[in-house]
Amino acid sequence: MFFCIFNRIQFFQTMISKKVNSVQQALEGITDYMTLLVGGFGLCGIPENAIAELVRLNVKNLTCLSNNAGVDNFGLGLLLQKHQIKKMIASYVGENAEFERQMLSGDLEVDLIPQGTLVERCRSAKMGIPAFFTPAGVGTEVAVGKEVRTFNNKQYLLEYAADADFSLTKAWKGDEAGNIVFKGTARNFNQSMCGAAKINVVEVEELVPLGALDPNEIHVPGVFVQRIFKGEKYEKRIEKLTLSE
Amino acid sequence: MLTKEQIAQRISKELEDGFYVNLGIGIPTLVANYVPEGINVEFQSENGVLGMGPFPTKEQVDADLINAGKQTITTLPGASFFDSELSFGMIRGQHINLTVLGAMEVSQSGDIANWKIPGKMVKGMGGAMDLVASAENIIVAMMHTNRAGESKLLKQCRLPLTGVNCVTKIVTNLAMLTIEKHQFVLQELAPGVSIDYVKGVTEGELVISNNCKVMEF
Repeated sequence: MFFCIFNRIQFFQTMISKKVNSVQQALEGITDYMTLLVGGFGLCGIPENAIAELVRLNVKNLTCLSNNAGVDNFGLGLLLQKHQIKKMIASYVGENAEFERQMLSGDLEVDLIPQGTLVERCRSAKMGIPAFFTPAGVGTEVAVGKEVRTFNNKQYLLEYAADADFSLTKAWKGDEAGNIVFKGTARNFNQSMCGAAKINVVEVEELVPLGALDPNEIHVPGVFVQRIFKGEKYEKRIEKLTLSE
Repeated sequence: MLTKEQIAQRISKELEDGFYVNLGIGIPTLVANYVPEGINVEFQSENGVLGMGPFPTKEQVDADLINAGKQTITTLPGASFFDSELSFGMIRGQHINLTVLGAMEVSQSGDIANWKIPGKMVKGMGGAMDLVASAENIIVAMMHTNRAGESKLLKQCRLPLTGVNCVTKIVTNLAMLTIEKHQFVLQELAPGVSIDYVKGVTEGELVISNNCKVMEF
C-alpha cells in the first residue's frame, strides 16, 4: 500500500545570483597592498580578463600567490612590468626574465614554496583548516624557521593556510548561481583557490542559463563564489607549443 | 656513452605493468617514448592529468591541455583530469608508483639538488619537493658530470637541497647506479665505458656491484 502526500506549500525559491556584468564590477574593492590568489598553471587557465583589469586599475604593492608568474608580456608578467607586485608567492618562476631581474635586484620579494604545499595552503583556507603538516621541504631551506613534527617515524613541516583578500580564477562554463566547470588541465589551481579568499571572483568563457549545467558534474558549487562574470575575450596563449612529428 | 634518448630508454626498463608514473621535465619526459611492449602504465602530470598521450598534431592542439613542462599534450582513452590539490594528494599519498626526475647534484646518501643555484639561477622547485618527499621509488636521470666536467655524484650536495635521503637509483650517460648504505653502487656500465672512467668522475663513495655488467638495450 502506498500513500501519496501532496505538499501544498508553493515553491517560490530561486537561486542566489552571483552574476556581475563587467570585470570592473567583479574587481570592485581591490586596492593597494591586498593579497590575491591568482589561478592558472603557466598560462593555462589564467584569469586573463581580471589580470588585464588589474593593469588598468594600476593597483600597487600587491602580494600575489600563484603557481607561476606568467611570461614577460602575458599573465602576471603584465603586472610585473608595471611594478604592481610587491611580493610573489609561487612554486616555479623560470619562464619570466623580468621576474628574475626584479628578484635578483631586490625590487621584488619572493617566497618560493613547493607546489603541493602552495595548493594545500589554498585548499586549507577554503576548507577551514588553519594549518597542516606536509613532508615537502623537510631538510631543505624551505624548512628554515618552521615547526617540524614526527609522525610514524617520518618528519613533516607545519604550514599555514593562505590568508587572501580576493581570489581571481577562471573556469570554462559557469551559471548565474556561481556553479562552475573547468576544462582539461585548466582546472589546476583554480578549483582550490575558488573559495579560499574573502571575495572569490570567477571569470568564465561561457555563462550558461540556470539548469544548463548538470548538477552531477559541477566542479565548484556556487557557495564558494561571490562574483561570476563572462570574460570579454580570451587569447589562451600557448607557452610551449609541442607537436608530434 | 649514452645519449639522452638512451638514458630514457634504460629507465623505461624500470617500468612495471600497472605503474602510475610521474616524469619530470627534460630527459625524464623522453621515457614515455620507450614503454616496453606488454607493459601498461599511466603517466601523471602534476598539473592535473592521468593518462597523458603523445604530443598533439597541429589539428589536435588545445591551449587547455598541457603537461607540467607547459608543453601541449593529448590524452589517451581512459584519461582523467583533476585539480592540483588532488594531484598532490596522489603524490603525497603515495598512489604514484615511480617518479623520474632530473638533478643538478645527487649525494651518496640519496640527497638531491635541482632547483636553485644561489646568485645565478632561481627557477623554483615546482612540484619536485613534494615528489621527492613522498615517493618511495625515485630514479634520477642526468649527465654524470656538469658542463665544467665536474662530478654530479657527490659525497654531499653543495647546492640547496630539494630533498634528503630519497633517491634510490640514478641513470647517467655513463652508468646505472643504486644508492645503498650511503654509497653509490655501480650496477651497469654504458657500452664502451670503463669502471675506471666512472670512478674518475664520481666524487662520492663508489663501490662496484658483484654483478656489475654492461647495459643491454
